[in-house]
Amino acid sequence: MAEQAEAEAVEGEEGAPGKESLLELYYWLQMTREVERVLASLYRQNKVIGGLYRSLGQEAGAVGTAYALRRRSDGRGDVMSPAIRDLGAMLMMGAAPADIMKQYMAKGDGPTGGRETNVHFSDYDQGYVGLISHLGVMVGVMAGVALSFKLRGEDRVAVVYSGDGMTSTGAFHEGFNLAAVQRLPLVVVVENNGYAYSTPTSQQTAAASFVDKAEGYGVRGEQTDGNDVLAVWFAMRRAVDHARIGGGPTLLELMTYRRLGHAEHDPQKYVPAGELEEWAGRDPVERYQTWLLGEGGFAEPELDQVRSRVEREVDEARSIAEESPMPEPGSGIDGVYTDQPGWVPWTRRGRKDPHEA
Amino acid sequence: MERPDHVRHTERGEPVTMLEAIREALWEEMERDPDVFLIGEDIGIYGGAFKVTDGFLDAFGENRVVDTPISEAGFTGAAAGAAHMGLRPVVEMQFMDFVSCAYEPLTNYIATSRWRMAGPQPLVIRGPVGGGVRGGPFHSQNPEMAFFHTPGLKIVYPSTARDAKGLLKSAIRDEDPVLFFEHKKLYRAPFLREVLPREEYVVPLGQARVAREGTDISIVTYGNMVHESRKAADLLADEGIDVEILDLRSLMPLDEEAILASVRKTNRLLVVHEDTRTGGMAGEIAMRVSEKAFEWLDAPMLRVTALDTPVPYSPPLEDYFLPQVDDILEACRYLKAY
Repeated sequence: MAEQAEAEAVEGEEGAPGKESLLELYYWLQMTREVERVLASLYRQNKVIGGLYRSLGQEAGAVGTAYALRRRSDGRGDVMSPAIRDLGAMLMMGAAPADIMKQYMAKGDGPTGGRETNVHFSDYDQGYVGLISHLGVMVGVMAGVALSFKLRGEDRVAVVYSGDGMTSTGAFHEGFNLAAVQRLPLVVVVENNGYAYSTPTSQQTAAASFVDKAEGYGVRGEQTDGNDVLAVWFAMRRAVDHARIGGGPTLLELMTYRRLGHAEHDPQKYVPAGELEEWAGRDPVERYQTWLLGEGGFAEPELDQVRSRVEREVDEARSIAEESPMPEPGSGIDGVYTDQPGWVPWTRRGRKDPHEA
Repeated sequence: MERPDHVRHTERGEPVTMLEAIREALWEEMERDPDVFLIGEDIGIYGGAFKVTDGFLDAFGENRVVDTPISEAGFTGAAAGAAHMGLRPVVEMQFMDFVSCAYEPLTNYIATSRWRMAGPQPLVIRGPVGGGVRGGPFHSQNPEMAFFHTPGLKIVYPSTARDAKGLLKSAIRDEDPVLFFEHKKLYRAPFLREVLPREEYVVPLGQARVAREGTDISIVTYGNMVHESRKAADLLADEGIDVEILDLRSLMPLDEEAILASVRKTNRLLVVHEDTRTGGMAGEIAMRVSEKAFEWLDAPMLRVTALDTPVPYSPPLEDYFLPQVDDILEACRYLKAY
């Protein structure tokens, strides 16, 4: 790991990974994994209403990238939009584990009151914009967020996460090209995890790699090992710095692997024999842990402490989410318009009269 | 900021076309609110395909008049992102026909945003619509109903210069996403030139306007068909048929009360729209009248619309496709005699 040497080399510089940073990264990796472990348990108990999308084996991508951002809670930091497997980045931007669980469980007091699912929720003060299911649209939306920074002369960066599949959409291209032409402060993180649902990357693009597309857009490109959290962090820092000084977008490709199916229901029978085992051996969390205990100079009890803290926090979140109520049936009608009341059919009203339809 | 001559007609008490009224509304809103900005294709240096934004780049600069690549989905999405950050984007579709390329961000992302608790989307998508100008199937469409069906979008379709200016200002100030339809045949129509009030005014969304008072038949219509209906009404007056014309101005919110009030007065309803028949506005209006004012009707509700085909290019074909004054006359005579 060349980057590990780099991590040590830059230690002591401003913004360089001190002991605290290294431990913080470990905390977020563990947090991501633990929240997803609990979500899987809730899923098996039929408490998750829809699908569950996990990031096992690629947590370092979300965590390493988000760590390079200005994470604030006053609406003045960087702003990101996750892809479905960027739970880690959402947590780091300030999404509460309990809120994520409430989303998955369709609870009434969650961030969308049961209207929307999983990580599809937004908080502009914290700096995250929930995605929708139509892939690619968020590239344009985040280009617009970046455009607002440019228009107002703000020193902020927008980030949009993409899987390998999203890159094939027209919306991805239109948004990216617009950002490139306008030299907007946007980082497009392409997490190449090998599969879009069942479709392998080889059927997603004829390009040798996604980072090659950066040249076509006339922007900076970089590819890095997505399972090395430090390498991801440094690469993202370069991309964010480039954007912040007016250099325009970067396409950052993270090479990683999706070790579970598209969603929890998918037994991923389409995966060739041996592949899963091979990547299990490159687990980003174990790898980082090994490094921390070796070159990182940490002792086992320090990491134990982090893991206990994570378990305690996630357990609390689970209790909160489980105890929170489902939404009232009629609570979903408001808010379609700012100034128009929600409509209730006459058959649902006290006085049954179609004249009041 | 010194205003150039071509946005000072109203200031000088001179009459304006609908296009000039729209330009004045945009200019005044950009002056009033630094968060308002324009984004679209060829709107900067070229000033827009119809020259609506002529001179804006020089006055407001490239940060507020953003020329884009050909990417309706991309720049509509970008408008959504900018709106999240508190800006008030006004997006120009070079022709509203191309709004279909932005159907995805509009219907899935923008329309649902507020309801999803992802924040309001105070943006406007504006551009030229409508036929009768030999534009062919892809420069003549009336795509309102593709969006009428989507909860969360507002739709405005003015028929006069005064309304165009006042409604566009309301649309820009509205907290919800508004599709603003400008009939290109009306842009420079000399008969629509009028002197607008020098003082600031807005026309609220969701309020229809009685364009002609009458007692025998209610014509509910919008856009260029307001003017075709008026021609028919003038001819019908000679036959002793007194037609009321209701100009909807906004399709969403729909001024249901104004429609019902007119029907209760005349007891006969004809809906006229330039859009095609099936799935058109007339169906929704008739259903609402059936639900709430069936007892007031003395005749079946009828409609005059375009044919259920794409918009043809050749003049004889397009004239046959579009609703004509004669169609309105026929329908009104039938209703009166019923």
